[in-house]
Amino acid sequence: MENKFSISFSALSENEAFARMCISAFLLPRDPTVNEMSDIKTAVSEAVTNAIIHGYNGKEGMVDMRARLDEDTVYIEISDTGVGIDDIAAARKPLFTTRPDCERSGMGFTVMEAFMDEVDVVSEKGRGTKISMTRKLRG
Amino acid sequence: MNIKYKKDGATLLVRLGGDIDHHTAQEISDGITRSFRRSRCKNIVIDFADVSFMDSSGVGMLIGRYKETEIFGGSLAAVAVSGELMKIFTLSGLNKIIDCYDNARLALAALRGE
Repeated sequence: MENKFSISFSALSENEAFARMCISAFLLPRDPTVNEMSDIKTAVSEAVTNAIIHGYNGKEGMVDMRARLDEDTVYIEISDTGVGIDDIAAARKPLFTTRPDCERSGMGFTVMEAFMDEVDVVSEKGRGTKISMTRKLRG
Repeated sequence: MNIKYKKDGATLLVRLGGDIDHHTAQEISDGITRSFRRSRCKNIVIDFADVSFMDSSGVGMLIGRYKETEIFGGSLAAVAVSGELMKIFTLSGLNKIIDCYDNARLALAALRGE
């Protein structure tokens, strides 16, 4: 049976842990492996951090997170209505960062791609960014 | 997040506890930098035994500390890196610049050249 949830939270860094807890609690009844849980939590953390740092750049805004779980696959969408990404292909490259002043590694998309089965990014300048990710649970 | 410091000769031993993400990484970086400068040590050993989560924000934090030890001709080492954390270490190449040890005793001995 399909299960889903949708939440919206302020673009504050303390909500990165909140988003991780939400996805963990949602997946827990499906009894994922420790490995699967950790990978998915990490990918969610990266996507939410992207929305907060890059989408809103420290300004006020809301991050939307929705997830759907069917028989064996989790589908996660994390979106913001922030500034959008100029060049998605460049942003997805390892070590790419628009914030060399900060201690940012530029590994966010690389981690999402390594830890999830599929990662899709849709972004429009001035309108926002949506990251969609899927991961098959083998349990 | 909690951080404990202990000095052992030329090495500052840092024990981190909790989650390392964008929210906590800055506080950790600032805390370690402050203690490292005050300690006059040249090496930093970070113990991850009590770290429950780390995303790529931790990579930036560690590269920053690696550069600080480099200035003093020292090294940065990591201890008790779990399998999950090691995936981030390997993916980012951190494992190529930071030596990893099972426990603090082994890391300290290696840095003393034993």
